[in-house]
Amino acid sequence: MRFGVVQFPGSCDEVDAIAACERVGEAQLLWHGDHDLGGVDAVVVPGGFSFGDYLRVGSIARFSPVMQEVAAFARDGGPVLGICNGFQVLCEAGLLPGALLPNASLRFVCRQVGIVVVDDETAFTRACARDEELSVPVKHTTGRYYCPDPVRVVFRYTRGANPNGSQEDIAGVANEAGNVVGLMPHPEHAVDLLHGSEDGMKLFESAAEGALAR
Amino acid sequence: MLVRPKAGILDPQGTAVERALPALGFADAGNVHVGRMIELDVGDEAQLHSLCQKLLANTLIEDYEIEILEPS
Repeated sequence: MRFGVVQFPGSCDEVDAIAACERVGEAQLLWHGDHDLGGVDAVVVPGGFSFGDYLRVGSIARFSPVMQEVAAFARDGGPVLGICNGFQVLCEAGLLPGALLPNASLRFVCRQVGIVVVDDETAFTRACARDEELSVPVKHTTGRYYCPDPVRVVFRYTRGANPNGSQEDIAGVANEAGNVVGLMPHPEHAVDLLHGSEDGMKLFESAAEGALAR
Repeated sequence: MLVRPKAGILDPQGTAVERALPALGFADAGNVHVGRMIELDVGDEAQLHSLCQKLLANTLIEDYEIEILEPS
């Protein structure tokens, strides 16, 4: 099982994402200018501030050469996980429905939150139980999920814990097929009891289970 | 190009500005929305809609308007 972790200029969570992936398999960095994915079994688009997020979050990263490869990989059913800025990039790239708007508070939020697994049949939640609660941190200014159409919800913030005003407490969604998942909270920052929680490992274990099954 | 939040989507930046107005004596001003303006030179005006749809605006959450100014 080998993960590819995409790095754009301005990414900042790729190191933690690689460390999380390496707990269940191998991991390698994919540079934004790469024209192939090196045969990886799953792709993680990590958090940060791709290209400075100067226009809209994620809007410029989608034009990187590597994103054409990620889109083709996703179309073929390959598992792709977008975390925080990675979620924003996947939405802008059209690989996930919806968009992320500035937090209703207009403030940066950084805290541990509870999220509930609403859908345990995606490529990144098959190791979870339905309605299971995970403790993971959020750290963002632009996390208010919005989608005018029906969407496959994967994670919701626990009651009262919504940090950004997202529609119906949505914390993460999937594409229709369930192989592409995006979420604002950071599972890669919750993979060791030293972090205060290792619940985030469930997402990486799910991807590893899926790779074994294929 | 003028890019603004679509009607009906919560615009906390507009709301924050609106709340400040009465305190400044502008009691009858309201319905504030904050967007952004992008100025650029372009050779072929026909490209402008495509430019807006592909990059400058996210039409799921934003509306845009194009205003063409002749070179001065």
